[in-house]
Amino acid sequence: MTSPRVVIVDDHQLFRAGVRAELEGLVDIAGDAATVDDAVATIAAAGPDVVLLDVHMPDGGGVEVIRRVADQPGVRFLALSVSDAAQDVIAVIRAGARGYVTKSISGPELAEAVRRVHEGDAVFSPRLAGFVLDAFAGPAPAAAEQDAELDQLTPREREVLQLIARGYMYKEIALRLEISAKTVEAHVSAVLRKLQLSSRHELSRWAIERRLIDS
Amino acid sequence: MMRGGMATEAGSTIAKPALRRDQERRVIAGVCAGIAARLDLDPLVVRIVFVAAAAAGGAGVVLYVLGWLVIPPGDAAGASAADSAPRGGRGSVEVALGVALVLLAVLLALRALDVWFPDAVVWPLVLIAGGGALLWRQSTGRAPIADTAAPAEPDAAEELRALGRGAAVVSRVGLGIALVIAAGLVFLQATGSLSAARDVVLAVIVVVVVLAVIFAPWILRLVRSLSAERAERIRSQERAEMAAHLHDSVLQTLTLMQKRSSDPREVAGLARRQERELRAWLSGRSTAAAAGRMLGALERAAAEVEESSGVPVEVVAVGDCELDPAADAMVAAAREAMLNAAKHGGGSAVDVYAELANGRKHVFVRDRGPGFDPDAVPGDRRGVRESIVGRMTRNGGRAAIHSTRGQGTEVELVLEDGS
Repeated sequence: MTSPRVVIVDDHQLFRAGVRAELEGLVDIAGDAATVDDAVATIAAAGPDVVLLDVHMPDGGGVEVIRRVADQPGVRFLALSVSDAAQDVIAVIRAGARGYVTKSISGPELAEAVRRVHEGDAVFSPRLAGFVLDAFAGPAPAAAEQDAELDQLTPREREVLQLIARGYMYKEIALRLEISAKTVEAHVSAVLRKLQLSSRHELSRWAIERRLIDS
Repeated sequence: MMRGGMATEAGSTIAKPALRRDQERRVIAGVCAGIAARLDLDPLVVRIVFVAAAAAGGAGVVLYVLGWLVIPPGDAAGASAADSAPRGGRGSVEVALGVALVLLAVLLALRALDVWFPDAVVWPLVLIAGGGALLWRQSTGRAPIADTAAPAEPDAAEELRALGRGAAVVSRVGLGIALVIAAGLVFLQATGSLSAARDVVLAVIVVVVVLAVIFAPWILRLVRSLSAERAERIRSQERAEMAAHLHDSVLQTLTLMQKRSSDPREVAGLARRQERELRAWLSGRSTAAAAGRMLGALERAAAEVEESSGVPVEVVAVGDCELDPAADAMVAAAREAMLNAAKHGGGSAVDVYAELANGRKHVFVRDRGPGFDPDAVPGDRRGVRESIVGRMTRNGGRAAIHSTRGQGTEVELVLEDGS
């Protein structure tokens, strides 16, 4: 298949140049943008397959870009950030990003993540898997019984997430659980869907609460 | 004058305390108790003298009020903080009530002695005395309040308390003013001149409204600019704090990195360490808060390994728990595993995953190195295995090492509560 067209959105010029250099030859870079307005215009003009999106930017960050490009079909988002704050990462996932990777990721790994997002899969870094396991820890809230399925991870999904958090690649997970790589991807996509649709209040609140307990 | 005479009479003995209003044993303002303490008498004696003097033409009342105004309050026991609370608070209202009641008693006594007072004079006077006393107390009682309201570090709770005190002061002042105005109205009503006063009041109201319309925008702007200035001050304080922190950490490290730019390993190590510190600072997690928690200990161990080996160690954790001796041993075992992974992992990043919840501690340490065949463990790794597996079993947990040639190595540590 042809290499995906990518737009890089980040307010740091140095970082955009770095990502460009690392992805050169691995994907088709269609453009980059430094601000939310710039990003919306660039995405409309270039029509990329995947947008690499910084979580933290002035004027609303990645969440705002996703919200304003929502009407353009076929564009998928991958969040790319140095941010450690769980609530920011969860917010951009809930806005519609298909995954989250940290900026320390290597070039080939990033290209692979872009390819997976382009194919409609979800990309979870170990850190995001940890966030999600933390958010879905404990019993589901009793109030949201109609959404019980959305509020709870299945044992298998939990197992897959734990392996991701432990640093396993999808292929290695498949090998270990004796399932196909496609099934692993299906589990991760199911978790992403729950993450985006669940009404679990932990998803918006747990990070703040945890911070309170920590300090 | 009576008070002066007493003072000189008592001045002959040296060991007597200075004349102060006794806040400890006071009934109204501590004048009688203070004089009694100065003269080494029972306060009751002094009080009887004052009441007698009050009955005889009201002289006692005048003297008492005079003494209240002139004699400074004592701070014998209770010090300033304990003293200021009743002074600024409940005390003011009590004093006002006391003054009003004493005055009422005096007027009624005079009336009983056939000195004629109309009601139109008695009630307004009582009200005015009460309200006036309240206002007077409030304005003289402010100093100690301001004292306690200005601590070195004004935190939110302190500010809230000061605000509460401010509200209480305002409400007491309001009560005083209301009492005085009521006194005026009662007097006017009783003398039948209220209708005439109405015109005057109307004129005053018109003037007040006109002035308010003229000056309101200006006053509003003043208030706004004051609060804006305050916000700006807080902001600049924060900025200064942030600048100080960045200077002490990030700028130092950047300078160091420029100097060592010929050694990429050391530069990477410096950058990683600075990143850790900055992240911890940004997330508001102080090292003091992390002390005594297992996650904090695990992250510290990871940072140490990273520093000594130059291999990045990523810690992902779910939950956290107390750092008891068994958990401490688990962290030590995990540290050993991280060192091992950094040494034999072929330079690949080390992933640490910790699940610390529901009374169960589960830690995984994984590298992507060449791995090894567990059945053919080389001799030099046996000792390290012992320090991981042995340490865990001694503390009631267990450890397992999974490795396949070509797929890296994973060390799994488990510790159940109550085992």
